[in-house]
Amino acid sequence: MVDLSFSWIDRRLLLLAGLLMGAAVGFVGWGLPWSEGAPSRYILGLRMTKLAGLLCVGAAVGLATVLFQTLSQNRILTPSIMGFDALFLLTQSVLVAVFGLAGMVQLSGFAGFALDTAVMMAAALLLFTSLLRRTRGDIQLLILVGVVIAVLLRTLAGFLQRLMDPSAFAVVQGRMFAQFGSIDRTALLAALVVILPVALWLLRRSALLDVVALGRDQARSLGVRYDRLHLQLLCVIAALVSVSTALVGPLAFLGLLVTSLAHSLMQSHRHALLLPASALIAALVLVAGQILFERLLDLQSSLAIVIEFCGGLLFIVLLLKGKLR
Amino acid sequence: MAETAAPARVSGGSPAGRLGLCLLLLAGLAVLSCAIGVTQVSPLALFDDPRAAQLLLVSRIPRTLAVILTGATMAVAGVIMQLLVRNRFVEPGTTGTNEAAMLGLLGATLLAPAWPIFAKMLCAAVAALLGTLVFLALARRIPPQRPLLVPLVGLVYGGILAACASFVAFQADLLQYLAIWMSGEFSGVLSGRYELLWLAGVLAVLAYLVADQFTIAGLGEVASRSLGLRYRQVLGFGVVVVSLVSALVIVTVGVLPFVGLVVPNLVSRIMGDNLRESLPVVAATGAGLLLICDMLGRVLRAPYEIPAGTVFGLFGAALFLIMLLRRGAHG
Repeated sequence: MVDLSFSWIDRRLLLLAGLLMGAAVGFVGWGLPWSEGAPSRYILGLRMTKLAGLLCVGAAVGLATVLFQTLSQNRILTPSIMGFDALFLLTQSVLVAVFGLAGMVQLSGFAGFALDTAVMMAAALLLFTSLLRRTRGDIQLLILVGVVIAVLLRTLAGFLQRLMDPSAFAVVQGRMFAQFGSIDRTALLAALVVILPVALWLLRRSALLDVVALGRDQARSLGVRYDRLHLQLLCVIAALVSVSTALVGPLAFLGLLVTSLAHSLMQSHRHALLLPASALIAALVLVAGQILFERLLDLQSSLAIVIEFCGGLLFIVLLLKGKLR
Repeated sequence: MAETAAPARVSGGSPAGRLGLCLLLLAGLAVLSCAIGVTQVSPLALFDDPRAAQLLLVSRIPRTLAVILTGATMAVAGVIMQLLVRNRFVEPGTTGTNEAAMLGLLGATLLAPAWPIFAKMLCAAVAALLGTLVFLALARRIPPQRPLLVPLVGLVYGGILAACASFVAFQADLLQYLAIWMSGEFSGVLSGRYELLWLAGVLAVLAYLVADQFTIAGLGEVASRSLGLRYRQVLGFGVVVVSLVSALVIVTVGVLPFVGLVVPNLVSRIMGDNLRESLPVVAATGAGLLLICDMLGRVLRAPYEIPAGTVFGLFGAALFLIMLLRRGAHG
């Protein structure tokens, strides 16, 4: 019966899901004080929150990167390389600078998150639609401009932060670095509210996305309302990036690492396979990495740095191999 | 004031009109920079208040000199790097040189904390040299018809080195230390704490002496060899100058992004690429722009400071973007 009901799901996806389940159980169960009877609810609660955070971030990064690569028709672009993360940090800083600390505290929780995301979507649409248009056809230029914009936005955010008073600065600073240690529960809730509908929406349109990946002209000639979909997808990407950045902070190269793994595992261009595979692999990398670093190596929160390192290496290898087309 | 003559020595005086104008402007900026600060110093007070004179000698003048030296030498390093890689969009900040220097400095701080600053600087310079050589090897593998890939590879390569540095710094609890190097600023400059920068100034003058050879090297290996240039030696000398200058600047004031990128591009639009003519102007422009940024950083939020590196990063990145998109529109 199991075989029948799951026959439409790819076996490799099932394997990934199984591995992820195993890693999740290991993450929660490893090193709990079993000998003292039932482990305390406190530790369990902490770990479950952290696990849920990692899963959300993985799903968000995986989905956003696949979408961005589909839109840009390029396998080595990621939202972070193009400065989406930096945009989020700047949005945060601007909001704190505009509303002040008191306003931000009032706005915390879900309303604050919704505002962040809305502002970020507007900014992303403005910035990236004009950017994609101005650099049409020249992918190298697009990437370089994106990288410089990321630097510019980050400097601008830093500049604003310099003008803030220390307590406001502390609020923003908490979101500047990728940290898996402390995940905020309201943000987690908000993340779930964003990710679940978005993931469903995407999966239902996976065939449409396959067509979008052919490029604007082809997709239009096949009857896709390309420009509208393009805008919607940019919004989705902005929302997903703000979710993951709000939860743990910027992670520049995780997406790249994950999508290239997904491509080499699935050997397919079909979004029905690529989207879930990337989400699963990203979550798996984060959970397994966290086990490795936190439990085995006893190195606190250096996972983000290692991901940056490996992802950066991969990026250079891909560039030099001429994958940039 | 006597100290305003200093930039002329740094950039190597050539009696061209443009250079004269640049130096005049620079002198004005330098005087202004000495006059700005939390404590007001009136010119008259210099003669009867010994504390005012002391403030000037210990803090204001060294700071102004440090900014001038840094701006000038970073701009010169940027030009040299651009000619050697034959790419307009390159500077020590986009080739991993800065990050490599930082790694070297970090290594020296961890392994031999007792070493004098000069020895640590040497470690940083050696690391910067190695890092730059690796970048050159990478850049060679990039096909010449794709010039924008070069800075991109450099930026990511720098990111990888920076990740290594953060990892080490995190384990050793030196992240804060690292953050101080990452943002170039001059608030810590006092007399006695910036003098290493003069060495960078000497290097820039040396570079000026062989400027013609750099110009020829900028034509490429084959062309310059056929003109009788000892290409390898010139390349090696250039890499050494760039690495040493970067290391010196990082050890004393920290990382200053975009100075070496934007200034040479601006100057070469006006003056072309004959280094013998343009190098002094490049140096003076770099010094002047950095002075303006430093002063802005001091004035905007007085009595607090915004690092000059932040201010320059803002304008520099904006200018660079405009350059990139203009270029995209034309070709």
